[in-house]
Amino acid sequence: MAQPPGRALIVGAGLAALRGAESLRAAGFSGPLTIVGDEPHPPYDRPPLSKHVLTGAVAADATTLPGRHGLAADWQLGTAAVSLDRQARTVHLADGRALPYDRLLIATGTRARPWPNPHEGRLSGVFTLRGRDDAAALRCALAAGPRHVLVIGAGFIGCEVASLCRQLGLPVTLVEPGPTPLSRVLGSTVGGLIGAIHAGHGVAVRCGSEVEWLEAEGGRLVRAHLVDGGSIATDIAVIALGAVRNTDWLEGSGLSADCGGVDCDARGYVLDTDGQPDPHIAAAGDVARFPHPHYGGRRVALEHWSHAVAQGIHAGRLLAGAGPEVPYGALPTFWSTQGDLVVKSAGLTEGADAVAITQGDPAAGRFVALYGREGRCIAAVSVDSARWLPAHAELVAARAPFPPRGAATDRPKAVTILEPGLP
Amino acid sequence: MPDATLLNQVKDFANRPNPYPIYARLRENPVSRQDDGTEEGTWVAATHGTIASLLQDPRVSSETLPPADRPRTGNPLTDLIVKPLKDWMMDRHRVFIFRDPPDHDALRSAVVHQFSRERVQAMRARSDQLVADLLDEKCGAREIDAVDDLAYPLPVTVICELFGVPREDEPKFHGWATQLATALEPDSLSDPEIRAENSRTFDAIGGYMADLIKDKRKHPGDDMLSGLANHATPAGVKMGDYDLIATSILMLVAGHETTVNLITNGLLTLLRHPDELERLRQDPLRAPRLIEELLRYEPPVQFRTRRTLSAIDIAGVTIPEGADLVLLLASGNRDGAVFPDPDRFDPDRVGLRHLGFGGSLHYCVGAPLARFEAEAALTALARRLKAPRLIEDPPPYRSGAALRGPEHLRVAIDGIA
Repeated sequence: MAQPPGRALIVGAGLAALRGAESLRAAGFSGPLTIVGDEPHPPYDRPPLSKHVLTGAVAADATTLPGRHGLAADWQLGTAAVSLDRQARTVHLADGRALPYDRLLIATGTRARPWPNPHEGRLSGVFTLRGRDDAAALRCALAAGPRHVLVIGAGFIGCEVASLCRQLGLPVTLVEPGPTPLSRVLGSTVGGLIGAIHAGHGVAVRCGSEVEWLEAEGGRLVRAHLVDGGSIATDIAVIALGAVRNTDWLEGSGLSADCGGVDCDARGYVLDTDGQPDPHIAAAGDVARFPHPHYGGRRVALEHWSHAVAQGIHAGRLLAGAGPEVPYGALPTFWSTQGDLVVKSAGLTEGADAVAITQGDPAAGRFVALYGREGRCIAAVSVDSARWLPAHAELVAARAPFPPRGAATDRPKAVTILEPGLP
Repeated sequence: MPDATLLNQVKDFANRPNPYPIYARLRENPVSRQDDGTEEGTWVAATHGTIASLLQDPRVSSETLPPADRPRTGNPLTDLIVKPLKDWMMDRHRVFIFRDPPDHDALRSAVVHQFSRERVQAMRARSDQLVADLLDEKCGAREIDAVDDLAYPLPVTVICELFGVPREDEPKFHGWATQLATALEPDSLSDPEIRAENSRTFDAIGGYMADLIKDKRKHPGDDMLSGLANHATPAGVKMGDYDLIATSILMLVAGHETTVNLITNGLLTLLRHPDELERLRQDPLRAPRLIEELLRYEPPVQFRTRRTLSAIDIAGVTIPEGADLVLLLASGNRDGAVFPDPDRFDPDRVGLRHLGFGGSLHYCVGAPLARFEAEAALTALARRLKAPRLIEDPPPYRSGAALRGPEHLRVAIDGIA
């Protein structure tokens, strides 16, 4: 195995970074390895933060990711990277130090999109949820027994927090500008079905509305005012407006990066603004925008746990110079636990022109929806029926004809083709 | 084709003592077509990966029973009116091991709900007592039959007590259960005589259960049947009478026909591995891992059958729509790709993912019972049998290839402690 010399540097200390580091070592890289993270914590797992940590079943600091022994890395935690000088092959840190590299993995991930009014965003009772400290703070606030919780934004995190509040017995309102919860990712057809399940569990779902401003008394949130004139008295507001990719530090580096991620080629090397790959730098995880071979080379950046693992491993091997440089293209998958509802998906719904319930019954709260585009299966979403997903994922992986042929257990008598209702 | 006979070799009674070499040959092709005279053929999945995948594939159906067709009586009124009605009822109220979602799920959930922690714990203590009593009865004996003296009466008593079947009626179930268990043997389903006998048996046991359920409604007890008959689950599932009869028959048959093999195969395996028997005698806490390895090494249910609802591409072959499928669980359990040195009995394996209880949504509902009954029986046998020796090896086997186990297991002993 070729063993290029030099120093390895990983910027970011989350899941993709850790798996990337392990993969780099496993592929035979034995040189010095430094890992830089802006948070003071060693790599931790994020999915529990919006689930078990908020219910109190797991402490926020019990989410540390298990890592392999013998990683032999120099961990520089609590210091953010502020700039990248590719000519000098150096990363500058917030504390003024400069770290040289011969191979660099960019895995800086994302941060929660802040509330647009920074003053309101700092009010007591207003939370975002991205890191371990966010989750610990929100857990404290929920455990104190607030009279009402407002969740702003009905994406996956918003739906998880809202349904979990119901499990805790807290009154909760979910405000979403789209027509249904999850409409941006799953479309309003499936989003509406899931929204109905949440409404049935007592979540007050207010779609087609937006919070205009947050009112405070003595620095504490007391009320949220909606654009349509209504208002909601609340002690807590959870801002769940999605994520922003951490690419600010790449400004001036000459890499093709913006708030949607840093561009990579199919192998995983980052691209400069001329579209040329930099063979010293790879990217992985939420921050990496890459052409997905399964979706006609469309550039995507995926915020999925399994993707952070798979692409981290891929990038580690790439930077170690191990094996052939093959395109990365794992089928995207994710899951979301919303109260006692488990939503899982395989593939990407974007661009779907049709959707069909192919198994189960939405009225019973359990079903699988299959998404089609131009007569091919492109994605599948299971709601409380995860055991059926692998067979549907096969259809997606094989780009099987849509609507699907053949039969399956628990398939509705007539499979109806519906509009997905994607934005 | 050379494969054509492998499945028949599995079914061949002569191979009952040791089907594992045939399984090894079947594993050379993870999924293989076995000629059975039909166009689709019967397909056998023999590797761990293909079985695990097919167990959770929604294109694989458990509705393998042919439509009910009870024997004609010659009485025109019965044959023209009663028979079709009864056949229709029978098809509508299959036991849930032969049903797919969504019907399967509600029926199963009602049963799972009855397997409460308190009830299972109580039966666990009870089975230790039952084992002690059964062995006490053999005090002074110089030979026991592990089947008749312990492995059969223990699970039968447990399931009868769980379901509130009066002990004195148990002997009736012996014959009924043995007859109905043939439904799990593939060839019996195409044998008109066996099917006719099965419907007569189903009528007999069904009539008995209908009366028993009436009684449980009038005089509810602490048992599972009273619970099923009188209370809905938290999700609001309450079975109708016909489903309740079918489900209770299923539970009683399963309680009669499976755990007996786990216990007997367990003692047989221990007698063939005296060092493990000795280790268990010295350390009863080894029992749980030993039993998991037994479920891998000699599973009481060797295979289950399914049918494909549409064509399935798997392991380089395409199983056509409407094909009969044999999921060879016991072969998956000997797959060297998952279990290193698979033919070695080794209770110290870690992270065991055996298929002994099946998998996915039909995973054995009674698994907790089977585990603690086997634990109670095997720890007591290891502790109390003095110098046990196998009298016949291999012992005589029962006829079933799917539900496989010794008919008798004669063991010479120097006494019972």
